[in-house]
Amino acid sequence: MNPRLKFGLVTVIIVGVLGWLTVDGIDSDATYYVTVEELQAMENPNDVRRLRVGGDVKENSIARKGTSVEFTITQDETELNVVYVGRDPLPDTFRNGAQALCTGRLRDDQVFEARQIQAKCASKYEAKPGEGVSPVYDAKPAENKASL
Amino acid sequence: MENLGYLTVLLGFCLAVYAAVAALVGKWKENAFLELSAQRAVAAMWVMVTAASGILLYSIFTDDFRLSYVASRSNADLPALYKFAAFWGGQEGSLLFWSWILATYSFIAVYTGRRIHRDMISYVVAIMMSVQTFFLLLITFVVSPFQVLMSGPQITPMADGNGLNPLLQHPIMAIHPPMLYLGYVGFAVPFAFAMASLITRQPGDRWIHTTRIWTMVTWLFQGCGVLLGARWSYDVLGWGGYWAWDPVENASLLPWITATAFLHSVMMQEKKGMMKVWNVVLISATFLLCIFGTMLTRTGMVSSVHAFAQSPIGPYFNVYITLTTALTVFLILSRLDFLKSENELDSVISRESSFLFNNVILLASCFAVLWGTMFPVISEAITNEKISVGAPFFNRVNIPIALVLLFLTGVGPLFAWRRTSVDSLRRNFQWPAIVSIVFGGILFAMGITHFYALMCFILCAFVAITIIVEFFRGARVIQQKNEMWLGRAMVELTHRNTRRYGGYLVHMAIVIMFIGFAGTAFNQETQAEMGIGDKLPLGRYEFVLTNLTEDSNANYNSGAAVIDLYRDGEFLQKLEPERRLYHASGQGTGVPAIRARLREDVYVVFAGLATEAQKPVIQVYIKPLVNWIWIGAWVMVFGTLVALIPSKIKRIAPRTRVVATAKKRHEVFAK
Repeated sequence: MNPRLKFGLVTVIIVGVLGWLTVDGIDSDATYYVTVEELQAMENPNDVRRLRVGGDVKENSIARKGTSVEFTITQDETELNVVYVGRDPLPDTFRNGAQALCTGRLRDDQVFEARQIQAKCASKYEAKPGEGVSPVYDAKPAENKASL
Repeated sequence: MENLGYLTVLLGFCLAVYAAVAALVGKWKENAFLELSAQRAVAAMWVMVTAASGILLYSIFTDDFRLSYVASRSNADLPALYKFAAFWGGQEGSLLFWSWILATYSFIAVYTGRRIHRDMISYVVAIMMSVQTFFLLLITFVVSPFQVLMSGPQITPMADGNGLNPLLQHPIMAIHPPMLYLGYVGFAVPFAFAMASLITRQPGDRWIHTTRIWTMVTWLFQGCGVLLGARWSYDVLGWGGYWAWDPVENASLLPWITATAFLHSVMMQEKKGMMKVWNVVLISATFLLCIFGTMLTRTGMVSSVHAFAQSPIGPYFNVYITLTTALTVFLILSRLDFLKSENELDSVISRESSFLFNNVILLASCFAVLWGTMFPVISEAITNEKISVGAPFFNRVNIPIALVLLFLTGVGPLFAWRRTSVDSLRRNFQWPAIVSIVFGGILFAMGITHFYALMCFILCAFVAITIIVEFFRGARVIQQKNEMWLGRAMVELTHRNTRRYGGYLVHMAIVIMFIGFAGTAFNQETQAEMGIGDKLPLGRYEFVLTNLTEDSNANYNSGAAVIDLYRDGEFLQKLEPERRLYHASGQGTGVPAIRARLREDVYVVFAGLATEAQKPVIQVYIKPLVNWIWIGAWVMVFGTLVALIPSKIKRIAPRTRVVATAKKRHEVFAK
C-alpha cells in the first residue's frame, strides 16, 4: 500500500477517535446558561443535566452552614436561593454584591443546588457584560473623562 | 505628566505608521535611504513607547491619583514590587506594556537581522510596524492609560487608590504576565520573517534558521508563562488545582501548541525540504492565535474568571484579526507553487511520518481546545442557547491525545529518515518496551489500577529509558575515543549537537511533568467545620486544630487557623492557612498552607467561619506527585537553554533528494 495512503488511514483513525471523544464529551458536559428569570420560567428544569445561572449576590445573604454555603442571587427584581455543595473552596471574589455564576441543577424545592461557583467583583471599573459601569465607592469618575 | 505621556504615545503611533509605509515604499521604489529611514523610525518609536511607559510608572510610583488608571490599580501603601506590577494590572497599562515589548522585539529583530536578511528586512519592518500600529492606535485613541478623573470641568484626584487586586499581590504574579507577554508578542517576529520570506520568494532556508531561534526563545517564554500561571493558581487561589481549562488559560496554551508543532515540523523542512506550506501555515496560525488570545482575554467574549472588563476594543480586534487572516491566506495561496515539497513520504515508520503524526496530534488537541473554548459563542450563534463545556470535556479529549504524544516522544527520535528497518526497531525498542511493561505490571500489582495513570507511567518509563540510553550510547563512543569520564563525555556529546541533546532534555522534562500530571488521579480530599481540639483524618494524615490567631498590617487584616499535622501518629509540623481582608480594595482572599514533598503535597485551606457557630471550616487535600510538575518545568527551561547554545561542530544539514531508486533483487533477476 502506498505510504501516503497508510499515513492517511492512520490520520483518519486518530481524528475519528478524537472527533468521537469530542462529540461525546460535549454531550455529557454541556452546560446551559440561563438567567434567573429564564430559569424560573423553565417548565422542566430537571430535564437539563447541567444549568448555569448568573446573578448578583444579595447583600447579607451569605450563610455558611457546616461545609455548605447558602446565599441568594438577584437579577433585576427576581431572586433565587442557592446552596453550594461543591468541594472546591469558594472563590475569593465571592462576596456581597459580586456577580456569581452558579453551575448545577434546580431542586424540587426551588433551591438551586450549585456544584461550582465562579464570581467576579463588580467594581467601578469593571462592567457586567452588557451593562454600563456601576459605581461602588464614594468618589465617582464622571461621564466626561478627558484623555488630555 | 499625563499630557506628556499622551504625546509620546501619539508620536509613537505616528512613527510606527511612518516606518511601515516608508519600508514598503522604499522597497518598491528601490530607495535604500527610505528603507534605512524606516529602520531608524523603529528605533525612534521604541524611544517614544519607552518614555510613555516610564511616565506611567512614574505616575504609579508617585501616587498620582488624578489618573484613573493609577487610582484603579494602585494604592499608596502598596509594596513597591506590586506598584511595578500595577503597570500591567489593568487593561490600558497592559496594552502599553504589550506595545513596549513589541517595540523592543522589533528593535532587536531589525537591528540584528538587517545585514543578514538585507533583501527582506523592509518587509519584516513593515509587518511588525503594522502590528504595532494597531496596538498604538488602541492606546492612543481608544483606551488611553493617561485618562484623568474629572467631576464637571475639574480634575479630581482620589484620596487613595483601589489597590492592586489582592490575588495579584504575589511574587509569581509579578513575573507571570511579563513572561506571557514575552511569549505572545514574540511570535510576531518569526511570523514577520516567514511572511517576508514568502513575499520575496527567498531561495534556500536562511530565514528558517533565524525563525527557528526566535520561535524557540518565544516558545520558552510562553511555556514559562503558562506554567507560572499554573503554579500561581495552585499556590494562591486555594482550590488545590493548577489548571481549570478556563478560556483565558486555554488562550495562552493554543499558540504554545502550534509553536511546538512548528518547532518539530521545521526540522523536516531543514533536512528534507518538505512541509514548506505547512510550516508557513503553522507559524501564521501561531501568531493569529496570539492575537486571538489577546482578544479573548480583553473583550470578555467568553465568560471567564480571568477576563478583563468589557471594553470597547472588541470590534477593533475583530476587524484586525479578520484582515490579517485574509491577507495571510491570500499570500500563502499566491505562493503555493514556490512552496512545493522536494521530497515525498516513503514509509509510515520513519522520522518524517513521526513528525507528521506529531503535528496531527498537536493540531487535533489545539482544535479540540479551541472548539471547547469557543463553544458558548458558536452554540449561541447557531441555536440561540449559550452552552459551555468545562474541565471534564477538555480532560476527556486531551488525556488520550497527551498519551499518544508521549508515545511518539519515545519512538520518534529513534526512527530513521525515510524508512526504519525492523532490525533497527527491535534494537532500539525491544528492551525499553519490555522493561516499561514489566514496570507497569509491578505498579498494577502494587494497587495502581487507574487506567490512564497506569498507561502514563508505563509510557513515561519507556520514553525515559530511550532518552537515557541515547545519552549513554553517544557518550560511551566519545569516552572510548578520548579517554574521559562518562559525565564529561556526556557534556561533550551534548555540546557537539546541542539541538538534539537539548531537545532530549526537554523531552525528559515533559516526561517528568507527565508523571506529575498523572498524580491527579490519586488526589484525596475532605473538609469539616472544626472546633479547637477537633481532629480531621485523611489518608495516613491527621489534622488537629489547635488555635485561631489574628494579625494586621498596613496592607491587610488576617486571621489564621493553626493546625498540627500528624502522619501515622507522628507529629510533622504546624500548618497555618490564612484568610486576609485587604484595606484598600475591601476584598478578602485565602492563603493555603502547603507542605510540599516529592511524593505528595499536603494542602490546607481556611475556607471561612461557619456563620452560626463561628467555627472555622477547614478543607484538606492530599496531592500526590504535584512537585514533579514544577521540577519538570525547570528541566524544560534548562533543556531549551542548552538547545539554544550553538553546537561545537557547525552542522550543515545535507539536503537529500531522491534521484533514483535501485531495483530490488527479485525485480532485476525476474526476467
